[in-house]
Amino acid sequence: MVTDLGGWGVLIAVVGGAIRVSTPYLYVSLGETLTEKSGRVNLGLEGTLVMGAMSAYAVAYLTGSPWLGVLVAGCAGAGLGLLHAAVCNLPRVNDVAVGIALFLLGTGLAFSLGKPFIQPVAPRLPSVALGAWSAYPQIRAALEINALFVAGVVLAALMRWALAHTRWGLIVRTVGDNEDAARALGRSVDLVRTLSTAVGGFLAGLGGSFLSLYYPGTWNEALSSGQGLMAIALVIFARWNPVRCFWVSLLFGGATALGPALQSVGFTSNYYLYGAAPYVLTLVLLVWSSSPTRVLAGAPSELSISR
Amino acid sequence: MASWKSWAETATISAAALLATLALFGGFVALRGLRPLDVYAALFTGAFGSWFAIEETLTQSAPLMLTALCTALPARAGLLVIGGEGALVVGGLATVLAGVLLVDAPAPLAVIAMGAAGALAGGAWIGAAGALRHRRGVNETISTLLLNYIAIAVMNHLVTGPIRDYAQVLKPASWSIAEGFRIGDIPGTGIHWGLAVGVAAALLAYGLMRHTTFGFAVDILGGNVRAARMAGLPIGRMILTTCFMGGAAAGLAGTIEVAAVHGFASSSLAVGYGYTGILAAFLARQHPLAVAVVAILLGGISASGGLLQRRFGLPDAATLVLRGLLFVAVLAASTLYGRGRVFRRAA
Amino acid sequence: MNESSLTRRQVLRASGGLTGAAALSALLPGLEARAAAKPMTVGFIYVGPKNDYGWNQAHAVAARKIAQLEGVKLIEQENVPETIEVEKVMEGMIRQDGAGVIFPTSFGYWPHILKLARKYPDVLFVHIGALWKEGDPKNTIGYRGYMEEPHYLCGVAAGHASKTGKIGFIGSKPVYFIFNNANGFILGARSVNPSLTCHVVLTGDWNNPVREAEVTQSLIDQGVDVIVANVDSAKVVIENAERRGIMSCGYHTDLSELAPKGFLTGAEWNWAAGAQFVKAWQTGGPYPNLLRGGFRLDMVALSPFGRAVPETVRATILKSRQAFTDDSLKLYRGPLKDNEGNVVLTAGQVIANDDNKFKLAVNFLVEGAIGKTGLKK
Repeated sequence: MVTDLGGWGVLIAVVGGAIRVSTPYLYVSLGETLTEKSGRVNLGLEGTLVMGAMSAYAVAYLTGSPWLGVLVAGCAGAGLGLLHAAVCNLPRVNDVAVGIALFLLGTGLAFSLGKPFIQPVAPRLPSVALGAWSAYPQIRAALEINALFVAGVVLAALMRWALAHTRWGLIVRTVGDNEDAARALGRSVDLVRTLSTAVGGFLAGLGGSFLSLYYPGTWNEALSSGQGLMAIALVIFARWNPVRCFWVSLLFGGATALGPALQSVGFTSNYYLYGAAPYVLTLVLLVWSSSPTRVLAGAPSELSISR
Repeated sequence: MASWKSWAETATISAAALLATLALFGGFVALRGLRPLDVYAALFTGAFGSWFAIEETLTQSAPLMLTALCTALPARAGLLVIGGEGALVVGGLATVLAGVLLVDAPAPLAVIAMGAAGALAGGAWIGAAGALRHRRGVNETISTLLLNYIAIAVMNHLVTGPIRDYAQVLKPASWSIAEGFRIGDIPGTGIHWGLAVGVAAALLAYGLMRHTTFGFAVDILGGNVRAARMAGLPIGRMILTTCFMGGAAAGLAGTIEVAAVHGFASSSLAVGYGYTGILAAFLARQHPLAVAVVAILLGGISASGGLLQRRFGLPDAATLVLRGLLFVAVLAASTLYGRGRVFRRAA
Repeated sequence: MNESSLTRRQVLRASGGLTGAAALSALLPGLEARAAAKPMTVGFIYVGPKNDYGWNQAHAVAARKIAQLEGVKLIEQENVPETIEVEKVMEGMIRQDGAGVIFPTSFGYWPHILKLARKYPDVLFVHIGALWKEGDPKNTIGYRGYMEEPHYLCGVAAGHASKTGKIGFIGSKPVYFIFNNANGFILGARSVNPSLTCHVVLTGDWNNPVREAEVTQSLIDQGVDVIVANVDSAKVVIENAERRGIMSCGYHTDLSELAPKGFLTGAEWNWAAGAQFVKAWQTGGPYPNLLRGGFRLDMVALSPFGRAVPETVRATILKSRQAFTDDSLKLYRGPLKDNEGNVVLTAGQVIANDDNKFKLAVNFLVEGAIGKTGLKK
């Protein structure tokens, strides 16, 4: 028996949407946080996201195992991350430009190789029904969580702890804050950055697999509408703090879901403006918290975009 | 001042990057069972093999010349602006508004006003990012990236509502500018005058950046901020000016898209010219004149895409792969500058 | 799932239907003229990918059939946006590949088609919209089925199946055929349940899977239990609907496989007439400049019924389909109000099913629709 929840329906849709849509944002932002903590910015994550989505779908379809698809997506992402790092490690190469180049290349490869997979239906990732207690199907649907979401939350907490309290975290942060100090300690700056970018790419690939294997759950060339690039803004919004990345991902996810939710109760105008809300929010935050003399609080000092 | 040795160096390294790209792309098409040489031939035919192809190449290159300047000009001041897409869109919107408001004006006046509106709007858009950078330390790469999305969202909102022409049933589009205000083709060709605007802008930028005091000052700023500060250069003004000029160029690209190509504003303004312009700027190593040449090369790649699809069944995304490979190769090759002993100036 | 199996299904349906014989006999004169057919390069232009399980795929299927005609060479280009770029693509096909017939298969290509048709009078341009009018170049054809008819039948199925009395219609852009299809869907559903309401939501794009998925979720949260999506590929919507256990209707091609439990039926195209035009152009035979038809001209079709449709309902729907074929059932008949209270048709007024002018001008949603067209009246 489905009851009409009216206005509550909008709220539930936004909450559900926040959970659903936030997962790719979460993974890409966590990956980018790690990369940027080591002092590199990777704008190519949009291409990595798309490549991850395509490869996950293809492998899941061909082998019948969605989890294998997720793994391959991560590896594809790591591969693109390694390429990014390899080119950026060359002297005097601008990492922003390399990121845009890989955005083009990753997207192009994903679309080219993905043509045969638009039509078929790949097995989907399973979900956990956290809302099974509810009598309302809307709440049950909103709280249907995927294992990747849960893993992402755990990962965020883990990353926060690791960056602050482990030796590896310290090494990454040192490389990102002060190259010379890191070298003086005998650390290979290039190696640390390469590994961070590769892991960052791996996570972004996982985020992509969520898009194609869970929600919306299909492979299509219009699948990502800039979520990879949005995640760059997200990381800044979250001040390079992995746990904050989680909350901001929910926020951005909810904002994305707000438009369609309002449309379904009859508010049909201005849906493009809702779509712009996350970007405006980020810009406002950026303006408010930046200062011409100091680096943004929390920004790794060696990062080219925080100079 | 560029000596023949540094030109030779640029030429050699660019050629090496181009060859590496072709080799990699050849591998990509070979995996699909095609012969690379056939594909190379089609690339050339589709870009330069007939007058029809050349017309298409040049038409595609016009907006790229302008959006590339949006990245190239601020880059000379040490800024990395990627907001060409947003500036183009904003410029296009301003053009429509100007054209419609001046509907009763004589055509030449209206055309100039539309161009001015586009340039001003685009200039203000990127100039704002420059101001944010100077006054508030906001990184211009991020801010222009965000401004791109905001511009596109505003444009979509406007063309589906406030400035929408409901008589256009086929797709949401803004009011059209008068037929008489449309920019026509260069006589004898099928290429619109936008090409001339692009070339003129490149020449102007070159003159400004390489042959004026302002240009030299910007070079110093781009090379070393501290040195510029110590020399007492007006950094804020230089940042604002270069951002404004870059944005104005991209805004003009928007004007051309509206006045020469479509006749109205719609979501077809945001088709990626801005992002390809970033690519062109880097390929041209931020040099205003080289930007025009590179734009033609990239225009050629776009023009031949259709032929590749129809003859070989290559996916439309293949040109995206080619552009990505080219960009990566050029960036990787950029590390070679200064390495070749034969190119070094005499000590 | 490959294209050849879909082709077979299309052909089987065409020949198995009551008007299948009519369709076959329409092809026969062309077969007789085979001896006079000259070699022809036929170009197909798609706005999206060919195998999108939706709009573009329906055309790609027709393209494959046309490719099998005698003397025909097929060239295709996909992902061509609805801008001036399509003019370049068409010109490229004509000047670089020697195309003689071009099928630009997206609605927004029309103004560009008109421009090129005047420039190249020796090339036939076949458009899938119904915008051809007197004065337009003779070497253009507008042809499109009346999709509102199968949508009416889907509505009947939805009306019987819906337990909440709430159904949903997801549309792409605010254009006349979207409104006609929505109206057909709602009229069909309300013919079964007069108090039923239909949420109508437009996504703004032909193809935007993330937004389509979100709209689906929020409609379902509002209590909708039958959904149909008029977007280029309804795959995302149907899969999401199936996951949440609600019912769905398909569009463009047979999507029943995607929703084994919840699929009711669907509205499909039959673009077979395209082959006739190519043959006519090859042999110099006559061809119509505007071809619109519903079930009566076999230009639209109904998907196979899903498990969720009981036998009695199937029989009712098939009877209505026959009524369309006999032209005894008219879609728009008075008294009819739109969803803002205005009177559209008074009692006794009836619009013929092939009244193209009326249908092109439809800018309203019928009573029972919750939503706006977004157009100014």
